[in-house]
Parts: sequence; C-alpha cells; structure tokens
Amino acid sequence: MRSIIDISDLSVEELQELIGVAEDIIANPEKYQDACKRKKLATLFFEPSTRTRMSFEAAMYELGGNVISVSSAASSSAAKGESVADTVKTVSCYTDIIAMRHPKEGAAYVAAQNASIPVINAGDGGHCHPTQTLADLLTIWREKGRFDNLTVGFCGDLKFGRTVHSLITALARYTGIKFVLISPQELKLPSYIKKDVLKRNGLQYVQTMDLESVMPELDILYMTRVQKERFFNEEDYLRLKDSYILNPEKLKKAKPDLCIMHPLPRVNEISVAVDDDPRACYFKQVLNGKYMRMALILKLLKEAGTI
Amino acid sequence: MTVDSIQNGIVIDHITAGSAMRLYELLHLDELDVTVAIMKNVTSRKMGRKDIIKIDADIDIDLDIIGYVDPKATVNYIKDGVLAEKKVIKVPERLVNVIKCKNPRCITSTEQELKHIFKLTDRDNKVYRCVYCEVKAQ
Ligand SMILES: [Zn+2]
Repeated sequence: MRSIIDISDLSVEELQELIGVAEDIIANPEKYQDACKRKKLATLFFEPSTRTRMSFEAAMYELGGNVISVSSAASSSAAKGESVADTVKTVSCYTDIIAMRHPKEGAAYVAAQNASIPVINAGDGGHCHPTQTLADLLTIWREKGRFDNLTVGFCGDLKFGRTVHSLITALARYTGIKFVLISPQELKLPSYIKKDVLKRNGLQYVQTMDLESVMPELDILYMTRVQKERFFNEEDYLRLKDSYILNPEKLKKAKPDLCIMHPLPRVNEISVAVDDDPRACYFKQVLNGKYMRMALILKLLKEAGTI
Repeated sequence: MTVDSIQNGIVIDHITAGSAMRLYELLHLDELDVTVAIMKNVTSRKMGRKDIIKIDADIDIDLDIIGYVDPKATVNYIKDGVLAEKKVIKVPERLVNVIKCKNPRCITSTEQELKHIFKLTDRDNKVYRCVYCEVKAQ
C-alpha cells in the first residue's frame, strides 16, 4: 500500500504529475467534483492543527468524498493509551484513506506500516510535513513556471523548521538552484542537511545573518516562524523570535517579481503591511495546498484501486 | 575452562581493543549461564592490541551485532576442540532491536512494543539512522 511519509517518497516525475493534476483541478473543478464520491477520508489529528485539517477536509469534500474526523487527542483512544498501530488498523476498517498528524517523529511511518489503506503524513512532530512542501512547490511553479535556475532564500528558523528542510530536499533535485540561508547563529541549517543534501548534490549555497544584504538577488524568499515549542528554554525564544521581521522597508531592494512565501501561521515575522504587496504569495500557498492535497488523495486512491 | 582452549563454543577474535565490553553487553552475554571469558588488551602481531571473547557453548549469536560494533572481528566456531567454521562479518544494512533510539520525540518512546530499527545510511562513515525519526544513532 502506497503511503506518503516524506516528500522524497515522490519522484520528480510524480511531483510534476501532481502539479499537472492540481492545475487541471484549478482550471476544471467540475471535472473532479465526484471523483471520490462515496469515499471516506479519516483525518486523525493526535495534536491540533486546524488549518492542515481544514485543508485536507476541504480537499476531500471538493472531490465529492466524505470525511470522518478525529481532531482532539484528549477525546480519542490515544488518550486511553491506544497505540498508533492499533488506531490505524481500526480506522482502516471504516475509511479509504488516512491523513494523520501526530506529535511524535516517525508516527506516520508506524501508521503506514500498519494501515491497510494509504496514509498521508500531515505532520509528525518536527520530522516531516510533505503536503506543506507540495503546497510550496505548486506555489513556486505557478509563480515562476519552473523549478530550475532559481535563487531561493530561507529566512528565520532553519534549524528546527521542517518545512525548510523538506523544501530544500525537494528543490535539491533540480538544476541551477542557489540557496541563500538567512538565520541567526543559533538557528542555522543543521550540518547534516548541508552535508547530505546540499554538498552531496553539488548545490550552491551561502549562509548569512543579514536579510537586507541578500534581498536583491532573491527570486523566492521563504520566511519561517520561530516556534516556541521547538525551544528548550523561554529566554532563547524571546531573544531570537524577532530577529528577522519582513516589512515594506526591507523589500525596497527586492526584485519586482520576488515571490514571498511562508508556511503560516505567522506570529510577527511578516508585517501585515506586506500583505498588500503583489509579491506576497503566502495566502496563495494556502489555496495551493488544498489543490495539491486533492491531487495527492486522487493519486493514492487510484493507485490503491479504490477509485 | 582454560581461557585458551574450548571444546565446543565460539571465539570472537580480533576485536578492536576496548570494544569487548560493548559486544558483551549488546550480545547479552551477561544473561548466559555458560562460561564466558573476556580477554582485554591481548598482544597481537597484526593489531598490536586486541580483545577476545570466548563462549564455552554453541549458542546462537547475532552476527549483525558484531558487524555493527566491530566489522573487523572474526568469529570462529569450535567443535570437538578444532576450528569448525569461520564466519565472515559484514557491516549490517539494518539493526533490529540492537540499539535504542535516544530521541525523546521519537515514536519509539511511546508506541507499545515497537521494534527499534536502524538503517545504514552512510557506509563510509558507518552512520545508522532510526527508520522512524531518522535521527542518527549515537
Ligand atoms: Zn527514532
């Protein structure tokens, strides 16, 4: 049974295929409105993430399917100590596909090993969140029309930001990509990613602490939030969270066709004044996420022979 | 048993000096009720110093554990006082329930009876990663 745990579970060809389907959904939504008729998606959220859950649910409804939702860890059997393995075996009896969010790293892998239906990882702790990366990729595709020859800046928490690691891994498979890594010393990209992903693929990258100085060369600027829960102490969090805030002033030197991205929710790392700038793409990203989730649900249900 | 001769059993030889205790632990030799001899810092012409473990019984040992700790070690099976078989030791691709994932955020820390599985991801540097959270084994 095919499941998607990590973005690297999808080949470059498959990504392009998903993007093609997503663009067709955007152009011809009525063609897909009954594609998953009478099929059920289970959204198993062992930790709350309203926007990701809504995106999956909206995706399934727009495909004409139904949703069974378990959204609170406290009210579910997990609170009674039921294992992930037992939970997904049970859920496999009632539904056709699972989207699962869990606070523990590797939980989605355990789910995929035990479910008899496809599992989509909707986030497993700080580990992977492949459908966010799909949203990011469709956004880049729709804004830039290509995945090669781009200078991509990542700003903020590059150490714990799983969306950053995942998007870097996905983009590393294309040619002519240059990465600009902008972060405070404490939140630099982990060395294993530099070694295993960037150096192994012979990719160009520069590291800097200064956002403004690199702004003019960027085609894409991916901002991230500095998440409180990834820190072990409050002091470090308070000291670093405001390090990199994007505002109209800093954007003055940016390219006119810069694409500003953010996985959302933001705390304050992008000033609200930037929202009116045509280069702000983060709300488009949200919508693109729904389309890519639709494309992925379709692909996995087709591969499973369910539709 | 004298430490240099066994009739039926296993001799793990050419262990990198200092690694015998780790092997002893991971192979759970402490749980055996047969004679086990550990010799540390034995003079070796080839290696300078080496460790040797002798087990005075023909037991099943997990060669993957030896391959993980010390792939240069040799394993000799002794039958009726003579060398019966020499096993080739390889760096294993997978480790199942040999070492534990130390990442507190890993699903292995909460999921009931989940096997601890590690995959060899970098042969040159002998890097193993947890198949669940992908954190490096220490
Ligand atoms: Zn682990």
